Amino acid sequence: MRVALFVPCYVDQFYPKAAIATLELLEKLGCEVHYPKNQTCCGQPMANSGYEHLTSGCNNLFVDNFSGYDYIVCPSGSCTLHIKEHLYADGKEEQATEIRKKVYELTEFLVDVLKVKQLSASFPYKVGLHQSCHGLRGLRIAQMSELVAEPFSKPAQLLDLVNGLELVPLSRQDDCCGFGGTFCVVEEAVSAKMGKDRVADHISHGAQYITSADLSCLMHLEGILRRQNSDVKVIHVAEILNHSM
Amino acid sequence: MSREKILAAVKFNQPAANPLPDMEVLNTLTDVRTDLVSKYKTIATAGGSFVYEVSGFDEIKTIINNEFKPGVKIISALNELSDYIYAENVKHEDGHNFADVELTVLSTKLGVAENGALWLTEKDMGSRVLPFIAQHLAVVIGKDDFVPTMAQAYKVIVDADYGYGSFISGPSKTADIEQSLVIGAHGPRSLSVFILS
Amino acid sequence: MSTATTKDHPHLAAEFNRDEPRVNWHDETLWWVRAKRDIAAHKLPEWELLRETASQIKFNVLSNLSTYLEQFEANAIKNGIIVHWAADAAEHNQIVHNLLEQRGITKMVKSKSMLTEECHLNEYLKEQGIDVIDSDLGERIVQLANEPPSHIVLPCIHKKKEEIGDIFHEHLGSAKGESDPKILTETARQHLREVFLTRRAALTGVNFAVAETGEFVICTNEGNADMGAHLAEIHIASMGIEKIIPERKHLGVFLRLLTRSATGQPITTYSSHFSKPQDGTEIHIVIVDNGRSIQLGREEFRNSLKCIRCGACMNTCPVYRKSGGHSYHTAVAGPIGSILAPNLDMKKYADLPFASTLCGSCSNVCPVKIDIHDQLYKWRQVIVKEGYSPKAKTMAMKAMALTLASPTLYRMGGKTGRLVFKYAPFAVNNKLNPWYNQREMPKAPDESFGEWYAKRKGAKN
Repeated sequence: MRVALFVPCYVDQFYPKAAIATLELLEKLGCEVHYPKNQTCCGQPMANSGYEHLTSGCNNLFVDNFSGYDYIVCPSGSCTLHIKEHLYADGKEEQATEIRKKVYELTEFLVDVLKVKQLSASFPYKVGLHQSCHGLRGLRIAQMSELVAEPFSKPAQLLDLVNGLELVPLSRQDDCCGFGGTFCVVEEAVSAKMGKDRVADHISHGAQYITSADLSCLMHLEGILRRQNSDVKVIHVAEILNHSM
Repeated sequence: MSREKILAAVKFNQPAANPLPDMEVLNTLTDVRTDLVSKYKTIATAGGSFVYEVSGFDEIKTIINNEFKPGVKIISALNELSDYIYAENVKHEDGHNFADVELTVLSTKLGVAENGALWLTEKDMGSRVLPFIAQHLAVVIGKDDFVPTMAQAYKVIVDADYGYGSFISGPSKTADIEQSLVIGAHGPRSLSVFILS
Repeated sequence: MSTATTKDHPHLAAEFNRDEPRVNWHDETLWWVRAKRDIAAHKLPEWELLRETASQIKFNVLSNLSTYLEQFEANAIKNGIIVHWAADAAEHNQIVHNLLEQRGITKMVKSKSMLTEECHLNEYLKEQGIDVIDSDLGERIVQLANEPPSHIVLPCIHKKKEEIGDIFHEHLGSAKGESDPKILTETARQHLREVFLTRRAALTGVNFAVAETGEFVICTNEGNADMGAHLAEIHIASMGIEKIIPERKHLGVFLRLLTRSATGQPITTYSSHFSKPQDGTEIHIVIVDNGRSIQLGREEFRNSLKCIRCGACMNTCPVYRKSGGHSYHTAVAGPIGSILAPNLDMKKYADLPFASTLCGSCSNVCPVKIDIHDQLYKWRQVIVKEGYSPKAKTMAMKAMALTLASPTLYRMGGKTGRLVFKYAPFAVNNKLNPWYNQREMPKAPDESFGEWYAKRKGAKN
C-alpha cells in the first residue's frame, strides 16, 4: 500500500514531532510511506478568509505532489477536509477528483482503511480529547453532539487501545476551541475566550494532556496553556498512538 | 404595484419545482403504543398544568368549588356546568367585558400526548379572548380524545372549518428574565385539565 | 471593515469581552438552552427525519413560492382578511401607518415580530406620533431600556435581573432593588394588561402562513399576541414572503420542531391559528419582500429563507454565546443573521460572515437543515470578490498565496523564522500581534519536518 504523507504547512514548520510520529506509526502498521517533498499547503488559510480564488497555485502544486498514490494521509482533520471539499485544478480535474476521494485524516485512515484493532502503545496519563470541528462535523470522525444518532469516535476508539491511558470526560464534548484560521486574530477577543474556556473544561476534569486529531486547535490551546503557565500539555493523537514506554 | 413586482421577482428567482416529501414515513417512526393519557399527564404536568382524572361533572364542580371563592366570575362553555355564566349567552359581548373573569371552563375533543396541547376553536371558546383574559383556565376532555403527536392531531383537523383555533398546552408563562420560568405572564395563571373517564 | 457609523463585530465583541464574568454568565445561560434542546430532540427517535422533512417542505415552498403566495392571498381574502404587499421596509411601515391613521389610532400594542425589527417600524411610527408598546416581556424590557433585542427568541437574554429591576423601578414603579423574576413579571403583567385593554390596534408577527387555507399561525408562551389581537378592532399581521407553508398538515412537522429547537419545550403554550376576523373586527396581513426575492435568486444562499426563527443556531454558536447578540449590529443576530444580513447590505455587514470559526454546529441544530456554515464560507468569497475586504488583508493573502504556491519560496521562508507565522496567524495589522495578546507563540523547532525527512535514511519522495 503506497501512502503519501501530507504534512500541513504549520505542522511541518512548528510540530515536526507529530508528523514524524504519523510517519513512524504508518510504517509500523505496514504502509509504504512516501513524503512528496515539494508539498507546501492545502490553501485553506486563503480560502477560509474569502480568497479561495487565490488558491489555484496551491491546488496545482498539491495535485502535482499527490497524484498516483493509493492513499493520502494527513495528521490534520481541517486540512484533509479542505482538500476533500475544495481541491480543484484546471486541466487536472481527473487527478484532483481522485485525490479528493483518497485523502484521509490519520485516525479515520487507521480505523476505516487499516482497521486497526490493537496497538503496542502505552501512555499512562489522563488525557482530554479535543474534537476538532472540521474533523468532527466535516469528516465525521466522531458523532456530533447535536444529532440524534448513535455515538462513536474514531480517535477515542484508537486511544482506548493505548495502555494506561485514561480519557477524561468533558462538560462540553465538542465545543469549538476558537482557532478558526484568520478568526483567531480578526476576532481576537472571542477566539481567545473560546480557547480559555476549552482549556478550563479539560483542566477541571483532571486532564494532564489535551490531544486532538488536529494540530491547529492544539496550537491554539497550547498558546493559552503556556500563557497560563499550566503544567497541562498538548500532544497530537499520532504521538500518543506511536508512544511506547 | 408592489404585489405584481414582488410576485414577478419571486417567480423569476425561484428554483425549479421540487416535490413535497412523503409524510407517512415519519408516522411509522412515531411511538403510538404508549398509554396516551399517562403520557399526556406527565408532559402537561411538566409544562405547569394541573391534570385531574375525574369520573364525572360533579367531581369537576367539587374541585372548582374548592379552588375558587364563591362569587368570583366564572364563565363556562359547557352545558353540564350550568352553575356558571354560560359562554354561549355572552359570546357577543365586547371582549373587554371579560377583564374580570376569574375562570373560564372550556371543553375539547382533541388533546396531544407528546406536548400537552389541547385544541380549542372559537366555537369551543364562545369568545376568542376568553381563554386568554381569564385569570385561570380549565379544559374538560374525554380520556379517549388524545392522539400521540401533532401529526395525528392535524389529521383530525385537516378539513376543519374554524375562524380561529389554538393549541393551548399550559398556563401562560415566560422565561424572559434570566431564563427563570415564571407562570402567569399575560394570560391565565393556571391551566386545569379534567380528563373524563 | 467598519463603517463610520457602525462598529464591526470584532470591536463590539471585544467590548463585550471586557467583562469576563458576564461573558461566562451569558455563555452558560445559552449553553443551558442548547442542552435543553438536545434533551428534547433526543426524546424523538424520528428527530433527524423530521428535520429532513421540514427542510424538503421548505424547499418545495421556495420552488413554488409565487404560486403559494397567490394561493394564500386568494384564500385569505376568501376568509375575510385584507392583504397588503410591501416591496421593502419603507412600504411596510407606511402601510401600517396608513391603517392606523385612517382610523385615528395613535396607540398600538405589538407582539414579537423580528420583521418589524428589520424594518425599524417602532422608530418610524414614533416619528409619526404613534405610541407602540411591545407586549412580549423580553421585548418590553429592551424597549424600556431603549435597546434592540439581542436574540430573536430571548430578546433580553443579555440583561441581568438586577438591571431589569432597575428599569422596572424607573418606568413601571416596582420597588427599588427588586429583582425577583416572579415579582418583575407580575409588574409587567399588570402594566401590560392595562395596555391590552386600551389599545384599538394590535400588530403581530406570523410564524407560518398556510397557502391551502389562508390562515396564519402565531406561537407564543405568554399569550401576548392573542391578548392583543382579540381585544383590538384591527389586527395587523406582518409576514415575510418566506413564511408560507403549503398545507395545514405541514404545521404538524414545523410545530414539532420549532420550540424543541428553540428552548427544548415540546410546543409553545399557545399556537394560535387565525383564519377569519371576529365579528366587528378586521385582520390585515402585510406580505413583505424587503430583499427576500433577491436572496431567493442567489442559488448558494436561498436556503437561508427556510429559516423558521427558532434561534437554535445562536444558542449553540460559541461566537454568539461569547460575543452577545448586539455585536452583530443587525436585527437577526448569530449565524443565521450573518447569512441573511449581507443580502440586505453587503458593505455594512461584510464583517458578519467572518464572525464564525465555521465550526458547523449551527447547521447541525438547524431544524430545517440550512447549511449555515457553508453559506458563511460562501459569503466570504462573495464579499472579497465584491471588494469589501480590507486592502491590507488582500495584499497579505496575495503574498501568502504566492509563497505557498512555490516550494522554493516556502522553504526559504521557513528557514528565515518559520514563515507560516509571518502571515499566520495572519497578522494583518502588524503594530500589535493579536495572537500574542492572550496566547504564547508556538516554539519554533530546530528543524522542520521536511528538513528532518531529507536527512532520514532511505527517505521516499
